[in-house]
Amino acid sequence: MKYTLSSFVAGLVFGLGLLLSGMANPEKVLGFLDLAGNWDPSLALVMAGAIIVGVIAFAIARQRHVSFLGFDMRLPSGDQISRRLVIGSVMFGVGWGLAGFCPGPGLVALGAGEPKAVTFVAAMVAGMALFQLIERRRQSA
Amino acid sequence: MPTIAWESFTPWSALAGGLVIGLAAALFVLLNGRIAGISGILGGLLAPEKGHIAWRVAFLAGMVLAPLGWMALAALPDIRVEASYPVVIVAGLLVGIGTSYGSGCTSGHGVCGLSRFSLRSLVATLSFMLTGFVTVYLVRHAFGA
Repeated sequence: MKYTLSSFVAGLVFGLGLLLSGMANPEKVLGFLDLAGNWDPSLALVMAGAIIVGVIAFAIARQRHVSFLGFDMRLPSGDQISRRLVIGSVMFGVGWGLAGFCPGPGLVALGAGEPKAVTFVAAMVAGMALFQLIERRRQSA
Repeated sequence: MPTIAWESFTPWSALAGGLVIGLAAALFVLLNGRIAGISGILGGLLAPEKGHIAWRVAFLAGMVLAPLGWMALAALPDIRVEASYPVVIVAGLLVGIGTSYGSGCTSGHGVCGLSRFSLRSLVATLSFMLTGFVTVYLVRHAFGA
């Protein structure tokens, strides 16, 4: 119950941060990705702000075996650069550049009632489902 | 050097929003011991494991309800989507497949990964940033009017 409640709070705060930062608006994201046009550097400051807090939080998290609510720390352990990692990220970057949506802002814009965000999230979930279907086929083959 | 669009640049709200996003990632790792990776949290619901459904739904519900919470205090900021519906569908499919294949997106690799000094996440972030730049260049300047 505690775990679910703190998940909700983290998601809510994340969404509010995206709204405040302007990044729930794809036009703003594309303004950052458009280096050759009129460049809007805002996204770089969003990342900087998030990472300043993140560095402190993860430095604390690394020292602990259990969270402050007493749950296991589940931090990723691998640090392998794989082909999958690069190919997947490249595909993601193309999709991101096409519409200006990444997963978080897509969900927030959906919550704001933007019809194209509803379409985006539906297509994104379909893409994830397709990936999992292919992975399962591959593993059972 | 790129020409900075001073009229649309919003440094203070960007930085403040970033700090709040960082706070959300901090809350999630310090309270729940997990990485706030949105594509992963969503993708994990498609092959649900027992005991890992409620927290995922709760996190995503928090995100989706954020605009409602925002509206209690202020008017929602503009959300403008230039891309047409067919482009939005292709974009969604690519983001869904790509983030699954690459195990993360702007939150998991970008915010959390870089905060952990993960080399893997740095490579992922540079890859999607670079292709994001190239894609927008092609759409707006090479092929676009």
